[in-house]
Amino acid sequence: MLITTPNLTKPDETYAALIATHEGLSEAESHALNTRLILILMNHIGNDVVLAEALRWARNPEAE
Amino acid sequence: MTELVPERYALAFRLYPYAKSPDQDAASPARHKIVVVGGGPIGLATALDLGRRGMPVVLLDDHEGAGLGSRALCFSKRTLEICDRLGAAAPMLEKGVLWNVGKVFHDDRLLYEFNLLPEDGHAFPAFINLQQPWFEKFLHDAIVQAQAEGAPIELRGRNRVDAVTPAEDHVTLDIMTPDGPYQLQADWLIACDGARSPLRGMLGLSFDGRVFEDNFLIADVKMKADFPTERWFWFEPHFKSGDSALLHKQPDDIWRIDFQLGWDIDRAKELEPANIRARVDAMLGPDVEYELDWCSIYTFQCRRMEKFRHGRILFAGDAAHQVSPFGARGANSGIQDVDNLAWKLALVQDGTAPESLLDTYDSERVHGADENILNSTRATDFITPKTPISRMFRNAVLTLAEHLPFARTVVNSGRLSVPCTYDGSALNGDDHPAMPARTRPGSPCPDAPLAGDWLLNHLGRGFVLLTINTDAPEQLDAHGVSVARLALEATPELETRYLGDARQAVYLIRPDQHVAARWESFDESAVAAALARAIGKG
Repeated sequence: MLITTPNLTKPDETYAALIATHEGLSEAESHALNTRLILILMNHIGNDVVLAEALRWARNPEAE
Repeated sequence: MTELVPERYALAFRLYPYAKSPDQDAASPARHKIVVVGGGPIGLATALDLGRRGMPVVLLDDHEGAGLGSRALCFSKRTLEICDRLGAAAPMLEKGVLWNVGKVFHDDRLLYEFNLLPEDGHAFPAFINLQQPWFEKFLHDAIVQAQAEGAPIELRGRNRVDAVTPAEDHVTLDIMTPDGPYQLQADWLIACDGARSPLRGMLGLSFDGRVFEDNFLIADVKMKADFPTERWFWFEPHFKSGDSALLHKQPDDIWRIDFQLGWDIDRAKELEPANIRARVDAMLGPDVEYELDWCSIYTFQCRRMEKFRHGRILFAGDAAHQVSPFGARGANSGIQDVDNLAWKLALVQDGTAPESLLDTYDSERVHGADENILNSTRATDFITPKTPISRMFRNAVLTLAEHLPFARTVVNSGRLSVPCTYDGSALNGDDHPAMPARTRPGSPCPDAPLAGDWLLNHLGRGFVLLTINTDAPEQLDAHGVSVARLALEATPELETRYLGDARQAVYLIRPDQHVAARWESFDESAVAAALARAIGKG
């Protein structure tokens, strides 16, 4: 089951860290960073059923 | 007169020169039991397997031997095991180049290396590299040997099929030879006439799938180089000779180099030796001396026929299904077609099994083809990303692969061929939950060492009842089939591969060395029922 209820231990800090990670990068470099980040997080989650659910939410946030 | 059947390509080996057959002067078309069309690796192996099973077979080819060019190059362990059953593997192993290590590069960085790590206790290695003409020559040598031992195999060179007329219980062929046309009839026709299959075209059958918008250049170069015997694959190589490149060793100091050229190219220009040399020089450096041995340009295609059986006509190999080459799934899957088809056709031909058994050739090998097409399509999508975002993800995987081991499992420069397990086949019988998944019904039997011998040497002539640590009759006769027992005591390999958590086991094994059913102990009615099922009477 994909967790969709609040699960971040420090939501504000984590969001700020995400934005800060992109500081000083061109748009292309930021896209490349994002793709690397997605792959790293996907591996951490691992479970293909959970990931499929996440992919569905990402593709269509309203229909789920 | 020979211009009636002109050579379309040059030969590496002239193996079966044209000789006039009495059939050509017959008043009415001679009738044969089985006719194979196509003298490539799949046609030759089909004729050899059927002939060794005592089935009279006539093979027709519009040339007189093996064509030039290394083409199919990587032959898998399963192919070698099947060729060993056919008496052809020993010279392949002797001539072929063994390799286990692969290296993957991005630009100028080595990302990682892998070892195919062949499990101990198998007669054959994971892969050998051997030029296709040599593979065909060794199959032909085995045919000559089988003929000398009485196998009813006849090869007819320069016999080109110009028309095919199917009927309810036979097929009529119009054949052109250097001496003019004649007709033949066959109870069964096996079409092994390659990816462009003229027979498929004559019958108006479709061949659907995807063509990938990319071109690959093969340059076989002969050189004395001290590169290790490994598979080296570059994504976006620093030497800029293509979007990807592959280096692989062949016998006789020849190296296979593949360059990915892209879609909009001028084929004739790219095939000019000066242009090929420019790419090879950039890759190898200016000081390496070499000769160009053979060059070719190909596109990636993944497609198959909807059905491999059309009444009395059966399609096998590239004629039935085509995959892109990274992964070695072309000839290796065709040889598995042969393995699946020959014993079934032999049982149908002698009346032991119903014709419907041949529909399971279709279902089992369509399953195999789909598995190969899926793997091949995914590798192609990784090697040739279709959109900017897929290229970005592909390159992100490559960047991570250098540092984070998880990303290496996503890198796909071709998933190398492994034998197909026929999960869900109508021929599969009882399973036992305590035994290993790798030997479940439908699986090809993994080899194992016996005292001074190999397990697979004892499997493959007919049905076999393998017993490990348990008793059973020496022979069982049911449904017109005689099943011989192979009685073994457990060894460490047999335990891991066949027993699992069980203390003993009884396996019913098909003539293609695939598991039909398995139990913990012998029960005559259970074995007879599984046998009926495995020959299409279930």
